[in-house]
Amino acid sequence: MTKPVSFTLDGQPVAASPGETIWEVARRVGVAIPHLCHRPEPGYRADGNCRACVVEVEGERTLSASCVRMPKDGMVVHTASARAEKSRGMVFEMLGLEAPLPPAGEGGAQRSWEGEGGAMAYGARPSPRPSPASGRGGTDIDLSHPAIAVDLSRCIQCGLCVRACREVQGNDVIGMAFRGRDERIVFDFADPMGASTCVGCGECVQACPTDALMEKTLAAGIEPDRSVDSLCPYCGVGCQVIYHIADERIVAVDGRDGPANHNRLCVKGRFGMDYVHHPHRLTVPLVRKDGVSKRADDVIDPANPWTHFREASWDEALDLAAGGLRRIRDAHGGAALAGFGSAKGSNEEAFLFQKLVRTGFGTNNVDHCTRLCHASSVAALIETIGSGAVTAPFIECLNSDVIVVIGSNPTVNHPVAATYIKNAVRCGAKLVVMDPRGTALARYATHMLRFRPGTDVALLNALMHVIVTEGLYDRDYVAARTEGFDALAVHLADYAPERMAPICGIDADTLRQVARLYGGAKAALIFWGMGISQHTHGTDNARCLISLALLCGQIGRPGAGLHPLRGQNNVQGASDAGLIPMVYPDYRPVEDAEVRRFYEELWGQPLDPRNGLTVVEIMHAAIAGRIKGMYIMGENPAMSDPDLSHAREGFAALEHLVVQDLFLTETAFHADVVLPASAFPEKTGTFTNTDRRVQLARQALQPPGAARQDWWIIQEIGRRLGQDWGYGGVADIYREMRRCMPSLQGIGWERLQREGAVTYPCEAEDAPGREIIFGDGFPTPSGRGKFVPAAFLPPNESPDAAFPLVLTTGRLLEHWHTGAMTRRAAALNAIEPEPACHLSPRRLDALGITAGAKIRVSTRRGSIALTARVDPRLPDELIFIPFCFAEAAANLLTNPALDPFGKIPEFKYCAARVEAVA
Amino acid sequence: MSESFRRPPHQPKGRQTDPGSRAEVAALLDARSLRRDLLIEHLHAIQDRWGRLATRHLAALAELMRLPMAEVYEVATFYAHFDVVEDDAEPAPVTVRVCDSLSCCLAGGNQLRRQLTASAPDGVRIVGAPCMGRCDHGPAVMVGRNAIAPATAENILALATEARTEAAPFPYPNLVSYSLQGGYQLLRACLDGRRSPDEVIRILTQSGLRGLGGAGFPTGQKWRAVRSQPGPRLLAVNADEGEPGTFKDRFYLETEPHRFLEGMLIAAWAVEAEAIYIYLRDEYPHLQAMLRKEIDALQGCGLADRPIHLHRGAGAYVCGEESAMLESIEGKRGLPRHRPPYVAEKGLFGRPTLVNNVETLYWVREIVERGPDWLRSHGRNGRQGLRSFSVSGRVRDPGVKLAPAGITVRELIDEFCGGMAEDHTLAAYLPGGASGGFLPASLADVPLDFGTIEAHGGFIGSAAIIVLSDKDDLRAAAVNLARFFADESCGQCTPCRVGSARAAAMLAEGDWDERRLADLTQVMRDASICGLGQAAPNVWASLFRHFPEAVR
Repeated sequence: MTKPVSFTLDGQPVAASPGETIWEVARRVGVAIPHLCHRPEPGYRADGNCRACVVEVEGERTLSASCVRMPKDGMVVHTASARAEKSRGMVFEMLGLEAPLPPAGEGGAQRSWEGEGGAMAYGARPSPRPSPASGRGGTDIDLSHPAIAVDLSRCIQCGLCVRACREVQGNDVIGMAFRGRDERIVFDFADPMGASTCVGCGECVQACPTDALMEKTLAAGIEPDRSVDSLCPYCGVGCQVIYHIADERIVAVDGRDGPANHNRLCVKGRFGMDYVHHPHRLTVPLVRKDGVSKRADDVIDPANPWTHFREASWDEALDLAAGGLRRIRDAHGGAALAGFGSAKGSNEEAFLFQKLVRTGFGTNNVDHCTRLCHASSVAALIETIGSGAVTAPFIECLNSDVIVVIGSNPTVNHPVAATYIKNAVRCGAKLVVMDPRGTALARYATHMLRFRPGTDVALLNALMHVIVTEGLYDRDYVAARTEGFDALAVHLADYAPERMAPICGIDADTLRQVARLYGGAKAALIFWGMGISQHTHGTDNARCLISLALLCGQIGRPGAGLHPLRGQNNVQGASDAGLIPMVYPDYRPVEDAEVRRFYEELWGQPLDPRNGLTVVEIMHAAIAGRIKGMYIMGENPAMSDPDLSHAREGFAALEHLVVQDLFLTETAFHADVVLPASAFPEKTGTFTNTDRRVQLARQALQPPGAARQDWWIIQEIGRRLGQDWGYGGVADIYREMRRCMPSLQGIGWERLQREGAVTYPCEAEDAPGREIIFGDGFPTPSGRGKFVPAAFLPPNESPDAAFPLVLTTGRLLEHWHTGAMTRRAAALNAIEPEPACHLSPRRLDALGITAGAKIRVSTRRGSIALTARVDPRLPDELIFIPFCFAEAAANLLTNPALDPFGKIPEFKYCAARVEAVA
Repeated sequence: MSESFRRPPHQPKGRQTDPGSRAEVAALLDARSLRRDLLIEHLHAIQDRWGRLATRHLAALAELMRLPMAEVYEVATFYAHFDVVEDDAEPAPVTVRVCDSLSCCLAGGNQLRRQLTASAPDGVRIVGAPCMGRCDHGPAVMVGRNAIAPATAENILALATEARTEAAPFPYPNLVSYSLQGGYQLLRACLDGRRSPDEVIRILTQSGLRGLGGAGFPTGQKWRAVRSQPGPRLLAVNADEGEPGTFKDRFYLETEPHRFLEGMLIAAWAVEAEAIYIYLRDEYPHLQAMLRKEIDALQGCGLADRPIHLHRGAGAYVCGEESAMLESIEGKRGLPRHRPPYVAEKGLFGRPTLVNNVETLYWVREIVERGPDWLRSHGRNGRQGLRSFSVSGRVRDPGVKLAPAGITVRELIDEFCGGMAEDHTLAAYLPGGASGGFLPASLADVPLDFGTIEAHGGFIGSAAIIVLSDKDDLRAAAVNLARFFADESCGQCTPCRVGSARAAAMLAEGDWDERRLADLTQVMRDASICGLGQAAPNVWASLFRHFPEAVR
């Protein structure tokens, strides 16, 4: 411990902690020093360039920028001496002339200018806001970006946007180019923002002190009238946000200093919220018109549901919805029903939904999209270490010296989590990226292993072979904390890098180097995503990663661990809450009689003793006629399931389908009753992010028209199925969850109201949540982690003469999942408006196709037409299609073959053919 | 609001590298390291090869070096010697840079530039440029990398038309001849252990040697401070003399390069530097070639026992400021750093770094050989030591004048420069280049040394004496200097970026509003990050002080 520094500030003796600047000390003791280029927020380095914070240090020739200056013992500092005041006043005068302030009361995003001791205190006078068409002094305003307006006439060259873009988010688009009076910010090579590599995270907008960079909504003169603290509805990162609202519309979003995001957001969170106001929103209950039959390939215009549906009152719709389910239950038993809950809904909604299926339907046929994302990872984790969740939050990578990212493209799918990986690399961590596709993280990687698609097991076994044969594993840890090492070691003998190199396409030397890097790490964290899990060998892939970490003792310490990056904002919480056919809340097996008895007592009725069916199994059963009725809340399996023609036949074959959603989704095309639900900003509830962090979302808006809260709708269906529920609100449901979920023991509703975020497990109301787990053993019967050897198996469907290429699917940065929300977010859809198939430049050449041409992509299951996009990050044998575009749905092509353990389909690999379209 | 840019759906976001340009740049860089700190070197390679930096090549370079495009662009556009162009379909022009610094202007640089601009053929581009360090033979011109001083329109146009754009070799004492005259004996004694670092540092300390780049920090003390820092340590040599009117480092590098190199190797030995970085200004391409050759020779014969990296500046005066120089060596924009921490603690690549000027190192051998009292035995008017004055302007015989410290400008002109030029009477002089302010003829008897001029509102700095006469227009001279600072401000801090530009504009418009200029003076002196902004106001403040009649 370094001792505090004692110095004098404006005549008062003060003490500074080590590393504390004069500015920070001053703020702490209540002395306001103005600041422009300094942003006292996490992740921002003080730069000291604007000189608005200069102070006088006795005995020094020049003034010092207090934001970067560390005090020393005995230093005498004057923050308001005549010299300091003069210079500060001049600085504001100089900048005021160059970058006028917006007139008071205009615009809502003025940030630090008007704060304590800001420009106004120095007499800087605002000048009229420039017209949107052109800036002052002839500088055109750059409106090329769909969401951001750039007015360099307001820029004061403080460089906050450069730090935001480069040092905080690691997106590396903004630079400070030229010099002296010509100095100005640029995007890439001084390109228009919209034509640059900008990923639209808007960190620069949030950081800009002068509105030179501004949300287009606010630049147009809209002024928010209130703000609500909540969460982002998109991915599993769990960013905390502030919704700024004007006239009951969300007009801007800022990041909050949440434990997961520390003010950061990505393009979806910041600029993708207008979907809630889209004219396609369902505002009344819909009932299928008499005589309108269902067809698997039917398409309905979401703007005009009246071709197939008529409006109904809530009473009528609920009666019809529940009545249909009840008839099937009563005639065929609960096994003829199934429900898909949603990983986008709250914990309370998920809990209530699975309770409805288990009690009201009388079956365990309840599942959700976790089946399609990390089911295999969870299967492997539960099998080996006894728990399906991450062992450490992603931000722990800041404490890692080696970070492995495999089968995951976090800059696209978990953009804010990716920022910390980039931050860690900047601080010296080594990054290994393993992915057949090149990714934006590759620039930060020490090693980028672009292995052959589908050969994960060969690659990972080769790494473990080196670690075992070279004795790089942690003998003590293996002896004390694991079981099955000997069998693993024998198994790995066949996986020498020299033998695996031709299979996985990575040379043996590189494999050895990477193995040594991981084996020699002090603290290593492994991130993985759908590239690992969405294979018929997905569980094997995950087993290998777990074995790798167990071998080297890389679990349960700071900077070490296993982190399957969860996709949906609440896929962790929905799984925890029991939206899984084999387990009740907190992963307690439905086939365990004792567990079942507990729930039967809790819910006061007998429960189905058998595991339910999973997502893809339910669709097969629907086609076979065994499942006759379904209730689907907030999911769009008619876009997200594999082999969609088949899945859509299943929906069309149902006797009764109830869909509860925001829009008339592709799934709702086949519905008998469509119930208008509430969007994320319209509700309160808890959501659990990828880190096991339970966070509170607060309602910011009223649902439109007759749309209702989802929990209310579920309850109304439940009542009509004979349940005597009387939940008065979300808090009631949460209290019931805590009665059966020990994981939430220390996380009371009131605590969440107060703290906003608490990580589970959490033993007591006054204890912090445990971020890093399993440092003291595993929740397995033996308390040890188990090595499960995995043999290399090829993917289910290999390329051949008819289908010579490999198709993989995934997401785009701008589009969430099936696009139901983001295709209706104006800025997001403007950036990625149409479906495209990504191909390597050489593949395009070989096919004789020019980028931009229309092509047809076919597999054994279907065929779609879309635009060819050149993508240098793809290997030649691989093509990539995002699955968010209904007009060319990638999942018409994908292979429904399942991983035997996780029951997850092989979305990441199937044989395909590409042809030019005349 | 108006329409957004519609990205073509057939490619990823932003500019894409085209395979042809990538192949060209990859072939050019061939086996060279792609380390981040070599960015400026690689930009030079592209500029040298294609005569400019086409964005297609920059995109390829960014990809090859795994750098963001913005980082490449901001560095490329910071330095004056890089020409970033979007379109490189037409052949690159031959660039003729005409020195527009004060000394060369006194020698007719402006007229020359006008003449050249009027008569330049197609494919020849005439631009102004700051001091080229050839002020004793102005006007100076660079045709590509070929420096000519004095230049005439005829000889420049001939060279440009014939595209003779490379520096000509020049005679100098090489390693062999220097060694034959006793060179490197001292270094060998150091390396053999016959001399100890403590002893050498003690001699330097006692000798009174001070940093001759301009700041005058005691050399021995600096060496000791760096030596006491935890390793690994580095040595960075400042060969970026850019202060208008200064050319002594060029002179010593041309006349006795190995005396400097020996001093440099002794310094590295004394502070146990792991590697040496020399930052040579790009205006001295002939020295670049010479140093490359002689460093190779030193490494070949084993005298250079640690890596020596020779880095090229790229046209930025501010990089003569030591911390900006370190940034530039790291391949970045030349932005001065905040102090503390001082570069001795946290310098190049974050390591403790000894930064010395060329001339400082040049004197090491002689001082150590002759003992601690030798340097002190020189001096005049109560001062001790020797100074290498770079004298230009209205004297009969300009050049580098090694004279006793403390000499007055009158003595310097009369005894060392053959007196004033014909028909010129001393009216004013600049004691420290553009930064040191104007002094009047009435102060021609002030001793010239560190600390002697400050009372009069100026300083000696790098000892660049520019002599002005009764025939010269002081206001025009001030406009010239103010423009120079505005052009060379790095732009990092508000007082200098805005202040230097505003002052230059005011002076150019003849607006000598004393109160507004005094405001600028105060904020620039008090609140600028580095010496550039702090010293720039000397230009007008010294005129207000000493020449009130000229500015009212």
